[in-house]
Amino acid sequence: MNEGELIRPLLVLDGATKSFGAVKALVNGSVILYPGEAHALLGENGAGKSTLVKILAGVHQPDGGELRVDGDRVVFSGPAASRGAGVSIIYQEPTLFPDLTVAENIFMGRQPLGRGRAIDRRAMNAAAAKVFARLGVLLDPDRQARGLSVADQQIVEIAKALSLDAKVLVMDEPTAALTNVEVARLFEVMRTLRDQGAAVLFISHRLEEVFKSCQRVTVMRDGAFVRTAPIEDLTIDDIIRSMVGRDLESLFPKTATAPGDVVLEVDNLTREKVFYDISFSVCRGEIVALAGLVGAGRSEVARAIFGIDRRTSGSVRINGDLLSNGSPQAAMAAGLALVPEDRRQQGLVMELGIDQNVALASMRRLSRFGIIRRSRERTLATTWGKRLQLKFARLSNPVSTLSGGNQQKVVLGKWLARGPSLLIIDEPTRGIDVGTKAEVHRILDGLVAEGMAILMISSELPEVLGMADRVLVLHEGRMTAQLSRAEADEDSIMRAAAGLGSEEAA
Amino acid sequence: MSTTIETPPASQPRFAAGGALLRARELGIGLVIVIVFVVATLKNHAFANSHSVQQLLTGAALVALLGVGETLVIVTRNVDLSVGSVVGLSAYMVGTTFKHHPGFPVLLGFGLGIAIGALIGAINGLVVTALRVPSLVVTLAALYIIRGIDGVIVNGVTIDPGSVPKTFQEVGFQTILGVPWLAIIVAVVVAVVGYAMRSFRAARELYAIGSNPEAAALAGIPTERRVFTAFLVSGSLAGLAGALFLALHAQVDVTAGTGYEFLVVAAVVVGGVAIFGGSGTVLGAALGALLLNTINQALVSSKVSAFWNDAIAGALLLAAIAFDRWLSQRVARSLQSAEGAHRDV
Repeated sequence: MNEGELIRPLLVLDGATKSFGAVKALVNGSVILYPGEAHALLGENGAGKSTLVKILAGVHQPDGGELRVDGDRVVFSGPAASRGAGVSIIYQEPTLFPDLTVAENIFMGRQPLGRGRAIDRRAMNAAAAKVFARLGVLLDPDRQARGLSVADQQIVEIAKALSLDAKVLVMDEPTAALTNVEVARLFEVMRTLRDQGAAVLFISHRLEEVFKSCQRVTVMRDGAFVRTAPIEDLTIDDIIRSMVGRDLESLFPKTATAPGDVVLEVDNLTREKVFYDISFSVCRGEIVALAGLVGAGRSEVARAIFGIDRRTSGSVRINGDLLSNGSPQAAMAAGLALVPEDRRQQGLVMELGIDQNVALASMRRLSRFGIIRRSRERTLATTWGKRLQLKFARLSNPVSTLSGGNQQKVVLGKWLARGPSLLIIDEPTRGIDVGTKAEVHRILDGLVAEGMAILMISSELPEVLGMADRVLVLHEGRMTAQLSRAEADEDSIMRAAAGLGSEEAA
Repeated sequence: MSTTIETPPASQPRFAAGGALLRARELGIGLVIVIVFVVATLKNHAFANSHSVQQLLTGAALVALLGVGETLVIVTRNVDLSVGSVVGLSAYMVGTTFKHHPGFPVLLGFGLGIAIGALIGAINGLVVTALRVPSLVVTLAALYIIRGIDGVIVNGVTIDPGSVPKTFQEVGFQTILGVPWLAIIVAVVVAVVGYAMRSFRAARELYAIGSNPEAAALAGIPTERRVFTAFLVSGSLAGLAGALFLALHAQVDVTAGTGYEFLVVAAVVVGGVAIFGGSGTVLGAALGALLLNTINQALVSSKVSAFWNDAIAGALLLAAIAFDRWLSQRVARSLQSAEGAHRDV
């Protein structure tokens, strides 16, 4: 398998760096792809995989480092240049044009032409149908892309990449939304492409998929290359150790606490077509994690508890009292706080100052006769800024000037200022650098020590394993496991998240 | 009589599912036009005489022409509000050229109008794409700036029929086989641009940009160049419309073209072009203009107060948008339920 010295690599990325403002997204992005190999790129969220992909895609131009295709040094000025060089990307989030037909989505910019350079729609639809046949799916090339399920959208993306006959195919978590049958087909397609001499760069969080389909593995951590090795030289444990690369204890300071009274009690919560029959409770002094794949319905459960979306049936009790349906005001009055996943869009008003953002959820308390008093606003922000070790120049600076970690602290401060009894926090450390990550974890740990109840949604397994007292796992809108801290491990969570029963052997 | 109203483009390749829907939309507008026409004729038989029908077509022609350019812009999720002012400036500039250079070739008069429009369109497009200013703001500013410049140039001296060449004016009122020249010119533009919008890669990219701008960039579409081109075309057609305005009225003062921009946007939206981009056809936009004008004339002919005109145009706009939303939700639902059927292969 070690043909590295004999065969010329198709694509080499060597020491690429990329910064966004003060944030170093990529410190050393390096990967070598040989013809005919499927190469896994692994790392935690925030390890720099997506930035590396976007450099290969021509979306980002690296600040430093070198990119070589077929031995020639290249600079991708944009996505068109990358595609022209034979690199094709399947993004995690489908990038379709909802108003156009499926076939046009696949062939945009390179539609087959007929007489007078006019698009030959019949040829285009036939070509699309051919690609679908190769993928073994029945999709009407002539239908609008609007209304396709996420899985079908992903299939259109795959068809697009296939039709390009790419030399290098990059797939950023393509299987997250696919069923097992579709995943199996995708792997078949990967094999065909490899047989034709293409290289596949495969990003997935499902390690068993990686072992099934890839020959070599590159691991990244904190924006930097860690190691590349043939898959048969590695075990799952090796890979995880390389990915995490540090003591789990220091990143996840977890104090053992004894859970107290029940704060949140969710009973048979259902939102039609989104999630069904979710029942669980969260007690004072414990962190309960909601795990599962993206799209499993975790955030939606949180939204329904908080009252942003109405629940179809089921009940939510806070400290024993029923919570009315579809009213965030009622939820807040009952002592709930929700730190959303997308803090830039949902958690903060980016143009407002730190003090104003912290005060947003406590306006009534800070105002007299309906007029907000700035001095109280500032006092509140100063108090919480200190408690959360917020790093800032001036309290009145817009929060857009802060780093991601400090922005998250502002959102936390906003809610903690209300003294909630239950904190729901969605992806607490997404897009936050490692140092601040540990700080956020320490804050959460401190809160439960003081008796708060926390419901944490996280896609980062180490975070779930490191911080949670109990783990609830969702799969396609249904709860597939409730695990104690002792029972929860990578395997048990991933199994439940994939909807596999525990009796099935690997 | 009503058959002369529609001007379908020459050849129509089989269109996609989404397109079939849009065509149904165009058919619907055509149907409404016929209904309005028939009702108005029943109330007042003079409405159906050939002169009246010619007026229907002539009256809608300029807005329809502007609607073609506006469609290109709106499809890319932008808007061009400067078209009314461009009409005014172009009409006056062409008129004053004829006035001061009596021998100026008639065809060059149209060329001059187009050139003026193209210049303004290019500036609009440049500011929108290079400086990334929202087109609503850019073209709103252009609307006022051009109107101001127009006022300074006109300075109270209007163009009158005496200084516009006879052959130039004939374009405004002559007919071939009963069809006004003006309607033929617009029909040709609609046919050519309509065909291009369906069949050329660059034009399809306009739809892609409006449908999902981020995805368009990721697909390697030169979005800025395409948006610039849309504004250039819109400006050029507005310039041409200005020259035609002069041919039609032979009389231009500082108010020429005032308020056209809103008529045009209304016609385009009534014609089924999605205001947030991504879908719609120039034929629909042209039919939208014809529908608005037909209703307008029908009300006049039925001796309904002119005030009702605007109110009805507004109500129609709301109805068109409500219908769009209702339709797209229905389509989304039917597509989703259809999907389960084929997925389990």
